[in-house]
Amino acid sequence: MFNYGYFSFDSKDDLLAKAIEYWNPGKTRFWQDAGIDLVIDRREGYFLYDMSGRRLIDLHLNGGTYNFGHRNPELVAVLKSALDYFDMGNHWFPSVARAAFAEKLVRTAPHMKYAIFGAGGAEAVEIALKTARYTTKRRKIVSIIKGYHGHSGLSVATGDDRFSKIFLADRPEEFVQVPFNDIDALDRALRGRDVAAFIIETIPATYGFPMPAEGYLNACQDLCRKYGTLYIADEVQTGLMRTGAMWGWQSYGLEPDLFVTGKGLGGGIYPISACLATERSGGWLHEDGAAHISTSGGSELGCVVGHQVIDILQRPEVISNVHYVAEFFRRSLTRMMAAHSDVFVGIRQRGVILGLEFDHPEGAVAVSRALYENGVWAIFSSLDKRVLQFKPGVLLDAETCQEIIDRMEAAMPRARALLRNMKRVA
Amino acid sequence: MGGSLLQNAECAPRLVMADPAEAAARMKIDRAGWAAQSYARYDRASVMKIARAVAEAAHQGAQTYAEWAVRETGMGVVEHKRQKNEMSAHPLVDFYEDTDLVSPRVDAARKMVEIPKPAGVIFALTPATNPVSTLYYKTILAVLSRNAIIFSPHPYAKGCCFDAAKRLDAAAVAAGAPAGLIQCVEEPTIPLVQALMASPRVQVIMATGGGPMVRAAYSSGNPAIGVGPGNAPVYVDPDADQTLAARRIVDSKAFDNSVLCTNESVLISLDADRSRLERALRAAGAHVCSEAEVAKLREWLFPGGHLNTKAIGKSAAWIAEQSGFRIVASNRVLVAPLGQVGLDEPLTREKLSPVLAWATADSFRRATGMAQMILRMTGAGHSAAFHGEDPQKAMDFAAALSVYRVVVNAPCSQGAAGFATHLAPSFMIGTGYFGRSSVGENVGPQHLVHWTRLAWNADSAVAMPDMSAVRAPFDGPDAPPSYPPQPARPAQHEAGGMDRDLLRQLILQELQQLTRGST
Repeated sequence: MFNYGYFSFDSKDDLLAKAIEYWNPGKTRFWQDAGIDLVIDRREGYFLYDMSGRRLIDLHLNGGTYNFGHRNPELVAVLKSALDYFDMGNHWFPSVARAAFAEKLVRTAPHMKYAIFGAGGAEAVEIALKTARYTTKRRKIVSIIKGYHGHSGLSVATGDDRFSKIFLADRPEEFVQVPFNDIDALDRALRGRDVAAFIIETIPATYGFPMPAEGYLNACQDLCRKYGTLYIADEVQTGLMRTGAMWGWQSYGLEPDLFVTGKGLGGGIYPISACLATERSGGWLHEDGAAHISTSGGSELGCVVGHQVIDILQRPEVISNVHYVAEFFRRSLTRMMAAHSDVFVGIRQRGVILGLEFDHPEGAVAVSRALYENGVWAIFSSLDKRVLQFKPGVLLDAETCQEIIDRMEAAMPRARALLRNMKRVA
Repeated sequence: MGGSLLQNAECAPRLVMADPAEAAARMKIDRAGWAAQSYARYDRASVMKIARAVAEAAHQGAQTYAEWAVRETGMGVVEHKRQKNEMSAHPLVDFYEDTDLVSPRVDAARKMVEIPKPAGVIFALTPATNPVSTLYYKTILAVLSRNAIIFSPHPYAKGCCFDAAKRLDAAAVAAGAPAGLIQCVEEPTIPLVQALMASPRVQVIMATGGGPMVRAAYSSGNPAIGVGPGNAPVYVDPDADQTLAARRIVDSKAFDNSVLCTNESVLISLDADRSRLERALRAAGAHVCSEAEVAKLREWLFPGGHLNTKAIGKSAAWIAEQSGFRIVASNRVLVAPLGQVGLDEPLTREKLSPVLAWATADSFRRATGMAQMILRMTGAGHSAAFHGEDPQKAMDFAAALSVYRVVVNAPCSQGAAGFATHLAPSFMIGTGYFGRSSVGENVGPQHLVHWTRLAWNADSAVAMPDMSAVRAPFDGPDAPPSYPPQPARPAQHEAGGMDRDLLRQLILQELQQLTRGST
């Protein structure tokens, strides 16, 4: 009996049946079929507990949402204190929490001027794209093939067909895609001077974190300047110290016209996102500040949490911790790859963003499953299933990191067996 | 007063905030965990290089922090604090130069190999009385034993301690230590200290401070090295050179205005020697109080029977003035002759100020009993001093007392702390089981390391192989790569001159390096 007070379930199977019946049969069945029977129950720090009570170390973090771990005690205390005073607030009016958080964000990026809030990453992307159209009076948006920017109207149209065609939301005439790391293709796309914005994740997450070629992002930005197109950095997964700098674009020496942050910005406990704009690109805020409104965007509770999130990330202890975690995995995984070079063939890394490449088109699916069986939860990249997303949190301690490596080492024979099986089937 | 209260109420935060310092301090512990893990792999040469660099930085800062500590705490004497700081720098490393706590030891005769394993993360408290010297001392112990250390200074001395820790950490990192080896809490509070003491990520607590703090360390559930309070009795035997003994005692009492817990608290001599010892004390710079002055002193120094903390580390002249009498400005110590010692006489408790209680007895045996009576009240396990030439008496005195060190013919402040004797130089005077402590000797780096012992079968038929070719487990620091990763170089667009982007990159790199240096 799983009694949660407000509701209860007889068993895990009972829950799964209800999830299929009332919530999402496709998603629920997918994981059962994949051998990942996870229903996250209790959670604490970087640990998740399945309804069965089994503990998993979380390396998925929902793309950095749980950058600080689950229910980070400091952030929970902040939200609780905010709840004793504020609620979501009234988006029509200026507010202390929004003004304070906006200032805090803008100060992390000196060339930026305004922070425009949303409730999730897709909304922030939506704001960025609309802002670019307003600024340039152009309609076209260019993104990269296998890019990913969310699932709302404009944002989904920039992404992979898989998510747009099913809802008839693809708009090829306005949304053009170019191959990643192909600067000539971008030049051809922008040359007509009719493109409002080029949007790109600083390191494309859902594509398995392929690293931008040396100079590629800077060249993209230069082309945008040349053709009057705004450069939008999607920092939803690469921001918030995950690359070792507050924003990924900073570590590449870029200066985007707009950038977008979300996920971890709310500390995993209150959803909030933001689009940061320069004075030039933020023009509509003067002309008609209510042109974009959002009841839950920039909730004051989220602002108080987000304010603390930035504060924590600016502590020297955290910056140093990220360094240690990144360095630890760089060394340990390099050693592991040498020992398992038959299946484990590549490491992509910047800070605590890692993509591990396996030698099979669906290699990461097998490794994800083997890790799951060994107490570690890391997800494969949806758009490149060779690559396992390996996303340690910024506050991880030495002991847990070592445990991750030990568990991974223990999972390798199982992963190898699963892969061999897959190859035979293929 | 009312106005300022109102103002405070208006300024109080509208949201009830959790202590942000506590969260930041917990992050320091995690960071220290990383530093400790990395540092535990360092070899002896790297460790000694870092220890020397830290000692040098400590030495360079000795005067600055002596001034700062006196300014911030209002306790002690700058010149003496400088000396203590300096003694806790190079001389401390010199003392342990030949104590190798890093390399494995092979004992072929006993068929044993011993591998040192550092504790990990040390949580250390520093007192207001000896803030920076204690911080120096504990840092060097941590560095020599390959541990990471986090300080929580006494709130009265948080400024000088934080700055000193930062300086020592920077020196350590510059000499190759992992970042975050030496850290200090910015805003120490009692709840914060309690939370950190109980943290499962702390391996050992080094507690120096008031009794309740030391007891809290032992109650935390973590291993702790805590030392109890001092209250040293000093005996002057008739055959001692009274002039020399008086001079040593007065110098010791005047040293940093008696803030070292090793300072003499109660002087005991024989009735017959009273007048010649009194002359010698006066000649050495002490003011011997009249009965009326003793009464005033007692009232001011122990209102309600408890030590007036305002007196700690203050000068004799200031204390006399506060108590309501005047002394010659050149007098450095107040001597208070007393009729009795023990529970009923507060002046025979620990005073941490240049006030020396003085009682006399009719025999050596009675004098020894008096000393033990004082220690029964407070100061058990700590220190005592003996001035005289008779080795049997020295032996009998030491054997009878519940202390773990008896300094002979030397100033006790410096002597028991290892600066005027061959005891280990220390700002943690182990008070052992008498003083409810786990360590009975002067605490050193050896207390922060445990050893894994490989023990072969004692049967002579089972041979222990030759270990000389076995690789040492500690191979020195791995060179940490630059971090954050350097930005990719942009394509050069303009021929000749420096590209603006490149310039920006270089500036960014420099900024990153600066930030790295400061963390």
